[in-house]
Amino acid sequence: MALSETYRKIAINGIWENNIVFSQNLALCPLLAVTGTATNGLGMGLATLVVITASNGLISWTRHLIPNEIRIPIFVLLIAVLVTLVDILMNAWAHEMYKVLGLFIALIVTNCALLGRAEAFASKQPVKEALWDGFMIGLGFTMVLVVLGAAREITAAGTLFANASLLLGESFKFLEITVIPEYKGFLLMALPPGGFIMLGFLIVGKRLIDQKLAQRKTVTIPAEAIPES
Amino acid sequence: MSSKTKMKLDPTIDQIKVQVSQYWDWLKRWLNPDNLALLRPTLKFQTGVLAAFALLASFLLGVTNCSTEDTIQQRLDEDLKSSLEEVVPSELYDNDMLEDTVTIASAEFNIAAAETLVYLAKKSGQTTAVCFKFSAPDGYSGAINLIIGIDREGNVLGVRVLSHKETPGLGDKIETAKSDWVTSFQGKSLDNLTAAQWAVKKDGGVFDQFTGATITPRKTVQATYRALQLFKAHQAELIDP
Repeated sequence: MALSETYRKIAINGIWENNIVFSQNLALCPLLAVTGTATNGLGMGLATLVVITASNGLISWTRHLIPNEIRIPIFVLLIAVLVTLVDILMNAWAHEMYKVLGLFIALIVTNCALLGRAEAFASKQPVKEALWDGFMIGLGFTMVLVVLGAAREITAAGTLFANASLLLGESFKFLEITVIPEYKGFLLMALPPGGFIMLGFLIVGKRLIDQKLAQRKTVTIPAEAIPES
Repeated sequence: MSSKTKMKLDPTIDQIKVQVSQYWDWLKRWLNPDNLALLRPTLKFQTGVLAAFALLASFLLGVTNCSTEDTIQQRLDEDLKSSLEEVVPSELYDNDMLEDTVTIASAEFNIAAAETLVYLAKKSGQTTAVCFKFSAPDGYSGAINLIIGIDREGNVLGVRVLSHKETPGLGDKIETAKSDWVTSFQGKSLDNLTAAQWAVKKDGGVFDQFTGATITPRKTVQATYRALQLFKAHQAELIDP
């Protein structure tokens, strides 16, 4: 019972409460670079999900070996090796997918969320929990990327999941929707400034929802509603 | 190996087994979290760990790189071959274009490379078409890498985009996956269009531009024009060696 409670907490933490983008404002570099369309966001999210789960697992597995003083160089080394391995192996054995995702793989190195999770979680927790945490953080990140990508794509070009079949295969052609037909296009949203603006709106939205939830809690259990920070 | 020497070796193998199991036990004791906690603050251990991780990392990457190098090269060759096939119709050649190449100087044509590797399409020994990669170095956000197929007379057989960094949703209509704009080069040559017509419509030419993106198609048209000039300068040596 207590164990499943831990896992549930890690899941909620990763996806919502401590979301890598919404709450920690980390990983903005790859986030803003690729979220021009929802499809690109999904691709980047999935690639990151795999690497962050693996890096969390690896770092947790070797955590007793890593001295505190030199932990950062070792984390960076491990993450860089993982990303390079995924890059090389995918290029060789999943070449079609690599042609679509290849651009994103190398960008994962710039994602400080990986180092953040290694430092804050994986280096202190058992392997299973660390793997689960990596997976959930990755899932939360993917969610943000897809939502931001979708919001920018709709406002910029009036479509949703354009070219999803190139990434996921022909059977996902149904995802490609034209939301606003005959849309003239809004260039700003496709460019990096549009990413910042839309991200701002999304963060405001998340804070508003949190506020609403906190207010509801205040009404029912007033004693526990004092904000900690 | 004869049975005699085997008999001699047997006790030694047992000894080795004992030795290995001793080492194994020692390693297990050494890897115990409590023991490692004692070791971690020592400088010797830290140096060793960092060196060991670095060594392991380079070893792993080296092995992976060596074992996948050939496969990756093969994949890249396949990619190149399929791009060549896109710009040169299959009825025009019966040779292996990847093996039949000529290098020509192209520094003065501003297509990003000082030397260009030209793939020759040959039918029964006679050159029917040529194909080479080139770039528009001045695209909207970086170089646009292209490939072109040209027939004996200098007509464009096809142009394709290999890679680019243009704005998604605007400039990326130069890809065949997004729009068929790039096929408008087909059949054009330096003879059937004047120099002024080799431009986008906004500049008085015959090629369409895109809504919201004029620079990308403009630079692509201009680079294709320069690629044709490069072909013309070397036409004689390429077609009739």
